[in-house]
Amino acid sequence: MSKILHLLRNLKLGSLLGMIILVVIWSTPTLGLLITSLRPSSLADISPWWEALFNPLSTLWTLDAYQNSLSSGMLDSLINTIAVTIPATILPLMIAANAAYAFTFLNFKGKEFFFAVLVALMVIPLQSSLIPVLRGMVWFQKAVGIPLTGTYASAWVVHSAFAMPLAIYILRNYMMTLPRELIEAAKVDGASNYQIFWQLVLPVSVPALASFAIFQFLWVWNDYLIAFIFVGEQKAVMTYRLLRLLGQYGQGWRDVAAGSFISLIIPLIVFFALQRYFVRGLLAGSVKG
Amino acid sequence: MGDIFLGLFAIVIGVAASYGLYWLLNFIISLLPERLRKKSDWLAFLTPAVVLVILVLIAPLFQTIGWSFMDDGAKNWVGLKNYIDLFTDQRFLQILLNNFLWVLVVPAITVVVGTAAAALSNQVGPKLESIFKSLIFMPMAVSFVAASTIWSYFYAYVPPGRPEVGVLNAVVRLLGFPPQPWLTIDQGHLNSFLLMAVIVWLQVGYAMVVISSGIKAVPEETIEAAQLDGANPWQIFASVILPQVWGTVMSVFVTVLILVMKIFDIVLAMTRGNFNTSVLAFEWYKQFFENSNVGPASAVVTVLVILIVPLMWLQIQTVRQQELLR
Repeated sequence: MSKILHLLRNLKLGSLLGMIILVVIWSTPTLGLLITSLRPSSLADISPWWEALFNPLSTLWTLDAYQNSLSSGMLDSLINTIAVTIPATILPLMIAANAAYAFTFLNFKGKEFFFAVLVALMVIPLQSSLIPVLRGMVWFQKAVGIPLTGTYASAWVVHSAFAMPLAIYILRNYMMTLPRELIEAAKVDGASNYQIFWQLVLPVSVPALASFAIFQFLWVWNDYLIAFIFVGEQKAVMTYRLLRLLGQYGQGWRDVAAGSFISLIIPLIVFFALQRYFVRGLLAGSVKG
Repeated sequence: MGDIFLGLFAIVIGVAASYGLYWLLNFIISLLPERLRKKSDWLAFLTPAVVLVILVLIAPLFQTIGWSFMDDGAKNWVGLKNYIDLFTDQRFLQILLNNFLWVLVVPAITVVVGTAAAALSNQVGPKLESIFKSLIFMPMAVSFVAASTIWSYFYAYVPPGRPEVGVLNAVVRLLGFPPQPWLTIDQGHLNSFLLMAVIVWLQVGYAMVVISSGIKAVPEETIEAAQLDGANPWQIFASVILPQVWGTVMSVFVTVLILVMKIFDIVLAMTRGNFNTSVLAFEWYKQFFENSNVGPASAVVTVLVILIVPLMWLQIQTVRQQELLR
């Protein structure tokens, strides 16, 4: 008996040690950049960040870098990022929920085929369609005179389209678990599909909608490529500005560090506040690229 | 500030418009005679999604494949020239090799570390478990660009005579070796491996969370039975737990594999594809945005799509299996 207890204690201790090592490795890179962003510029460039970590009391801590970063464009980029992200999260959610309703509760020819195409599309790299979409928009601009590139709206549309396969997949999987009798009963009572969708199915699908919304929010917020191509420099989002900062050598690590953390604050809040939904979404198969 | 209002305005308009659009579609369908209406009710729900997917995903995909047989300006047909150029170019073969290395290394390491983290965290008690897991999971919220910043700093190299700021070089110096500009060293593809570490860092949390939920679903009785048989913890893990979560582990493996095939942002942000670190998706970016070569860029991305098609098949199989289990 004591032998088993001894073993268990060792196991627990070993696991604890293993986890601590892993967590230290996982956190060190981030911690380094965070500390650098909080040091005065006179120190950040001439002494390593861990000196501040080991002498936290004798170090000067300052938010100067954040102030600099915000006033030199990061605040504008923050607003641009919000303007891109929120509609690009809500729009696909609406469109996908409707489509998922059709896939779950309605019968039509070629349903299986459509669905297989959708699943296959989850894997296709988005690079494979971006150039034609960009050129198509430029052509439309010349032909009709309405500018599309360089606007938020083009990013909303492109993000919505790329979100479709995954969003429909997750929402359909969730709707499959709803009791069909309920929907049949409503139909017997004379409710139209439109009413059933808005009043019955959508309200009870909130957990799945939330999972996908968080997933899409983080994806769009963190996206560089689509924002770079379709929104561009005029309304530079944070990933765009951060990449430019990173590319300018001699800029000093402190400003890059502050910029990084400004871009991280909102996703981290969303992430930690709604982690439960996010994990649920991951388990339902929400991964895209 | 005007942009915030524009954004809010757009949200309200967008929601109202899409609500109105679906209302209109349903209204049109409801005007049809009953028999036709029953047959076409799905159109009102599916049409917007289908139009969007065809316009922005499917039609452009075929356009890209078409352009891959055309010249730089996508004006004249050149047959297989782009592909022949690619596969006779030593640099492109190196790019393919790099992609191959990413695919070989990253999914395997991610899954192994993720499984280890899931198994270990299962032993430390619920409170510590949730703290540890959150810390390892946190990078999932970080953009590829910010992750590249974090790791570029970790690998940072400063000219001799100045104090180290990069952790890696500080450790190297502590061990008595000279600091190195790590990201420029392509001997044995060292710098590519350093870039891979970033994506492992980003994805292990995902692997851990999914595999951990699999481990928690393993029936207690099977573990207790093995304990009674005198199996040690490692034996229990290897012969009782692992076989039961194997399906989950493989699905994580495939997901990370697909992600890694398309890896792009990290290469762009950390080395801009220099020092022999380029990969297919980055080469596409370079061909189009730096050289404006539509044909060759399309050929590069078509190669990527062709390499991904087998994975697509795998994905459909996985989904089909899940459907059967339902």
